[in-house]
Amino acid sequence: MAMTMTQKILADHAGMDTVSAGQFVNCKLDLVLGNDITSPMAISEFSKMGVDGVFDKDKIAIVPDHFTPNKDIKAAEQCKKVREFATAKEITNYFEVGEMGIEHALLPEKGLVISGDLIIGADSHTCTYGALGAFSTGVGSTDMAAAMATGNAWFKVPSAIKFVLKGKLSPLVTGKDVILHIIGMIGVDGALYRSMEFVGDGVANLTIDDRFTMANMAIEAGAKNGIFPVDDVTLNYVKEHSKREPKVYTADEDASYDKVIEIELSKVPLTVAYPHLPDNTRAVSEAKDMAIDQVVIGSCTNGHITDLRQAAEIFKGRKIKKGMRAIIIPATQKIWLQAMHEGLFDIFVDAGCIVSTPTCGPCLGGHMGILAKSERAVATTNRNFVGRMGHPESEVYLAGPYVAAASAITGVISSPEELD
Amino acid sequence: MKTVGKVYKYGDHVDTDVIIPARFLNTSDHSELASHCMEDIDTEYIKTVEKGDIIVGGENFGCGSSREHAPIAIKASGAGCVIARSFARIFFRNSINTGLPILESSEAVDGLTKGDKVEVDFTTGEIKNITTGKTYQAQPFPEFLQKIIQADGLINYAKQTAEGK
Repeated sequence: MAMTMTQKILADHAGMDTVSAGQFVNCKLDLVLGNDITSPMAISEFSKMGVDGVFDKDKIAIVPDHFTPNKDIKAAEQCKKVREFATAKEITNYFEVGEMGIEHALLPEKGLVISGDLIIGADSHTCTYGALGAFSTGVGSTDMAAAMATGNAWFKVPSAIKFVLKGKLSPLVTGKDVILHIIGMIGVDGALYRSMEFVGDGVANLTIDDRFTMANMAIEAGAKNGIFPVDDVTLNYVKEHSKREPKVYTADEDASYDKVIEIELSKVPLTVAYPHLPDNTRAVSEAKDMAIDQVVIGSCTNGHITDLRQAAEIFKGRKIKKGMRAIIIPATQKIWLQAMHEGLFDIFVDAGCIVSTPTCGPCLGGHMGILAKSERAVATTNRNFVGRMGHPESEVYLAGPYVAAASAITGVISSPEELD
Repeated sequence: MKTVGKVYKYGDHVDTDVIIPARFLNTSDHSELASHCMEDIDTEYIKTVEKGDIIVGGENFGCGSSREHAPIAIKASGAGCVIARSFARIFFRNSINTGLPILESSEAVDGLTKGDKVEVDFTTGEIKNITTGKTYQAQPFPEFLQKIIQADGLINYAKQTAEGK
């Protein structure tokens, strides 16, 4: 029976030759992930189970990244609980504040997720690793707890939508624009319960960071996972970061898809998602005089080195508008150092931006840039729900780094093409 | 297993950030989470909700983050179940795992209005609008899911099963 790429990974990890959409399977996990928000609840559930240890101390990753460095006493207590658990269970991949990064940027960088892996994480953006040709999906704390104990998880095998990417992106258009464009096209439940499989000759023209950004936001279309085929770009990345041997799965040519959607990459415009859903998209050129108060460049979606370089291209030799707050958040310590060595921090600070230590921070309204009532932000993050970055009456506009940086300079949502 | 209560009705794509805003996720305490449930879209909810009440949503209820705090906040607020046209997948899984009954029925969503008194039978999937006298049918839970919900979540269920209860 013909299978999609996702179905092949699930079948293999379930010890089966074939699986089909709708079937329930129990799979072996290569990695179980949690953060400082979801792990405390998982640890409580784990304790109730009365098991002695975790299934494999090398195959659990715990990354306190949301409210860290601890934003308040309660957050500190949560992190303390996580730290004590990681120490007691001798979790190999626990990342303290000086070693950490935003989980979905950190794990690939540390080589903990590679092509062919099956990963669950108690964070909805766990789907990011599909960029490497892995199956990864978000779960809740109870599933994380059970997985830490057993090393297994059950799944309903998803059907898939195939996105055939063709050609090349226009200058200044990035993976963020493509995924916002797609979500705008299919809606926030357009891929509910399904896989989003990205294929086509256009994939070769997307950087690994573009692919991380796109797979990351598959959840914003309701998808179970987003996944890219493995090519030289992927294998070069994996070899550079991991000693493990990647396993390459390829979708069968006659695999069945619920829908096939073709995307001509050259026709994707610079795109922005208006409040309060990521599918409320329009071309940046249609955003007229939308005044903003803050810009955030970072997050698991767009905190990679490529994103920071793109922002720096725009900020170089320019100043942000008086009264604007522009917050740059490199996603990991490694990216932070790299950006510093490349001189990007000089560009950011000269332009009037600040540079933060890695944290999810403002993306989910935690800290490091919260919005007041009726304030607006352009952010390279992934959600623009009501109250997402602060006050319930504040607004978040989602865009890529070029648009975010250009908007910080003009003070209104702007295309980088409009700058002098 | 049944719940009886009044209806709170919301639209499509009720996300986990409005069910329980992230700014309150610095705790895992159930009653503290419940005290902020739905407050960004409905400040009256937590002031007026009573045990057994029913939240009704549209498409894709619970979309967004994987926070299990969302079904926990709803359950700890006293709500007896959620009825929607469809649920986001992580929320669906988390609801079962934490023992929050959820039912899909577009007919019921169409036929229920804010404040209606409703009785829901999880064993049969029957949703009875006591105010209007109309009845709607949702797919009932299979037996093993009913047991998980009765046991107050997956971990308790697994523990009880292991202990031979």
